Amino acid sequence: MIKVRGLMKSFGKATVLNGIDADIAKGEVVVVIGPSGSGKSTFLRCLNLLETPNGGEIEFEGKRITDKGLNIDVLRQNMGMVFQQFNLFPHKTVLQNISLAPIKVRNTSKSEADKIGMELLRRVGLEEKRDAYPSRLSGGQKQRVAIARALAMRPHVMLFDEPTSALDPEMVGEVLDVMKSLAREGMTMVIVTHEMGFAREVGDRLLFIDGGVIVEQGVPREVLANPRHPRTKEFLSKVL
Amino acid sequence: MLLAYNWDFSFMDEYGSYFLTGIRMTLEVSLLAVLSGLVLGTLVSFLRMSRLSPLRFVGSSYVEVIRGTPLIVQLFIFNYGLPIFLGFDIGIFTAAYLTLTVNSGAYIAEIMRAGIQAVDKGQMEAARSLGMSRSLAMRQIILPQAFKNVLPALGNEFIVVVKESSILSVVGFAELTYQANTIRGATFITIEPLLIIAGIYFVLIFTMSKLLGIGERRLKASD
Repeated sequence: MIKVRGLMKSFGKATVLNGIDADIAKGEVVVVIGPSGSGKSTFLRCLNLLETPNGGEIEFEGKRITDKGLNIDVLRQNMGMVFQQFNLFPHKTVLQNISLAPIKVRNTSKSEADKIGMELLRRVGLEEKRDAYPSRLSGGQKQRVAIARALAMRPHVMLFDEPTSALDPEMVGEVLDVMKSLAREGMTMVIVTHEMGFAREVGDRLLFIDGGVIVEQGVPREVLANPRHPRTKEFLSKVL
Repeated sequence: MLLAYNWDFSFMDEYGSYFLTGIRMTLEVSLLAVLSGLVLGTLVSFLRMSRLSPLRFVGSSYVEVIRGTPLIVQLFIFNYGLPIFLGFDIGIFTAAYLTLTVNSGAYIAEIMRAGIQAVDKGQMEAARSLGMSRSLAMRQIILPQAFKNVLPALGNEFIVVVKESSILSVVGFAELTYQANTIRGATFITIEPLLIIAGIYFVLIFTMSKLLGIGERRLKASD
């Protein structure tokens, strides 16, 4: 579904991604781990072109999205993204946050978009918050709304950029539960995370990124239990 | 001396309606100018934030030239210069309105730029990640938040324009200050008409700042 070849990205003189190759299959849950500054978030942000790669190719559903002249907006409608800082729209209610893109981008009728929105809110357990503004929600609730907002566009893949890193510990579980149920339903997911337990339990494959390259990858349980590369070993010894 | 002065408000019978006309003209030209200035200023703020350097240059030249020259000179140029340049008379209302619009547009451009840049970068990213185009995200997500950020500053700008519109009296635009001058010339009574318009300006502006406070509180519903 996603094919990445030789992906390069630098900010000024700093090289952040230094040739990444990766394939993500339909229905696969790929977790990306690595030390901070390793380039894992940049890798994720390149997938929906929030960052413009300096080199290499990315293919999504058979289309080379790194080609010039591609309609980025259409691409992004099929790729949902969830951010560390939630980025809910503070001037819109919970339901408006979810229904806005279907209405404005997909030309869905308001009643239909509200229906989709309410279904998604039920799914993340926040029906009663439909008319609340984001400022009234806890971090965990905000992130669940953000997931619902991304799902409202019926994306083919979901990108998660450290979705639980800005949460108080007691709220991590509720967000991970929503992500687990998504994974069970067969959603293709790429997740940058520090939650090793979640990676082990839900991930089909784990990528360890360091210094802008994929240092090691494999089945999460195996990589986490028996890291082969010294850098993976060193990183895991610090976080596990 | 103060006690010895003979207050004379007898002109009110004959000239009282002059003040009403003045209030109407002052508010009309100020409100129109600030609304147009808001549109102009928002467009100029886009120029100033453009990725293309020629557009940035046009935007910042406009802002710097307007901020760097006196309002009264701008007024003379629009009122006396523009008709010569165009070859036809534009009328005093148009000249007054254009002057205030072009002037406040420059200040509002700076206000809007600050307001837009104060909106968290993640808002644009979230909107774009949902497939919204840049301009749709700007209209739906960024501008409403920016507008809320800058409402106090915009209100301030409106108040400044109402006060500065008194300069329009110099070229004979029949706003409030001009009316006081007219009465002074016709009756030789000086201080009373001036005190009256001072009171009127104060009441107008005090009311406006109260109304703006209410508007701000309304917009805070989502905080």
